[in-house]
Amino acid sequence: MSDFTLGVIVYNLMLAARWTVLLSLIAFVCGGIVGLLILMLRVSGRRWLVRLTIGYVELFQGTPLLMQLFLVFFGLPLIGIDVSPWMAATLALTLFTSAFLAEIWRGCVEAIGKGQWEASASLGMNFREQMRWIILPQAMRIAIAPTVGFSVQVVKGTALTSIIGFVELTKAGTMITNATFAPFTVYGCVALYYFIICYPLSLYARHLEGKLHVAR
Amino acid sequence: MAYKFDFSTILPYWDMLLHGIVLTTELTVIGAVFGVALGTLGAWARSAKTPVISPIVGIYVELIRNTPFLVQLFFIFFGLPALGVRMGEFEAAVLAMVVNLGAYSTEIIRAGIQSIPRGQIEAAASLAMNRVQIFRYVVILPALKKIWPALSSQIVIVMLGSSVCSQIAAEELTFAANYIQSRNFRAFEVYFVVAGLYLVMSIVLRWLLKKIGNRMFERRRHV
Repeated sequence: MSDFTLGVIVYNLMLAARWTVLLSLIAFVCGGIVGLLILMLRVSGRRWLVRLTIGYVELFQGTPLLMQLFLVFFGLPLIGIDVSPWMAATLALTLFTSAFLAEIWRGCVEAIGKGQWEASASLGMNFREQMRWIILPQAMRIAIAPTVGFSVQVVKGTALTSIIGFVELTKAGTMITNATFAPFTVYGCVALYYFIICYPLSLYARHLEGKLHVAR
Repeated sequence: MAYKFDFSTILPYWDMLLHGIVLTTELTVIGAVFGVALGTLGAWARSAKTPVISPIVGIYVELIRNTPFLVQLFFIFFGLPALGVRMGEFEAAVLAMVVNLGAYSTEIIRAGIQSIPRGQIEAAASLAMNRVQIFRYVVILPALKKIWPALSSQIVIVMLGSSVCSQIAAEELTFAANYIQSRNFRAFEVYFVVAGLYLVMSIVLRWLLKKIGNRMFERRRHV
């Protein structure tokens, strides 16, 4: 029986926190890419594509992230793909993130005046050029604050991957609790770690929001 | 070997699913009512800028908003008994949901309160209303009306988040799903169906909240 001093607990949780950060980063980047694709379909104006993306967003915003994780984790093996908790976590979080980001960004694109679309169309730009040169540069300016704000949700979402057995901060907390029988200290530390990761993001999002309102 | 989907194996467990739906609904309703009430109090304390209480509420809001619900739940269910506070899984789940929603709705309602023009409050004060009356009649209703959509989606998020409560063995919908799939080994089918149930529940809840909002704010308009 080894001794678990507070220092050991804090150190081990820090090692696990690296996985939380890594998973969050991957989910956020991949989710951003997929989300951008969905956004493109959404603003393309083709009716069936728009319907498809609305359904996609509704599906991921209307079901618990935990269910999405379970479905990926138990569903993919059925079609012959062997999934590790790591892969299931990445995939589920990517899909989840993409749906939310697509919805956030849609709001930002729609905030751009119709005149901008019409003016660029009258200059003979096609959809891709309009997006690239006119719409996205303006939408991005509004989008950055809510996007940073949402990154907090992604970090917190990674906690659920502990349930399918991915060893990150929360899972490490559970494992250490089982060894130390000190749930108060351990979960307190786990919460603090999440806070240390998330709070700067929250503050930065608020700062960006403030800046945007001044600029208007 | 091709996998054959078989959804019929879930049917014998319909009563468990129903029980899960009822419990999830209970959790959501209690969590929403007390969470919003707590949020209203918090928002009041935050916007009144009282010296000690406001900063404490601020810390509470930031702590909750920047940590995962799952960890909050574990902390309440596993951590608090170490301090002598013992509770059952349902109580712990409710408490976690109230505390969680309380923090989010504090922030949402505060934004609503801030959007009330100063002049309206001064007008009410000049009508000799006291602070409670001003808050009750002039501030909170228009504030709630303004932020009702945001509050509604937060309540839906909390409802979906309640699926996590299965992890402390609160017997809600996800717990039922876990139980059933441990019996019939049809994990995918069970979670697929339960995800569908959640989807329906969230659509119904959103619709319901919209109706509640309409009633609550339309009727009072001419008072």
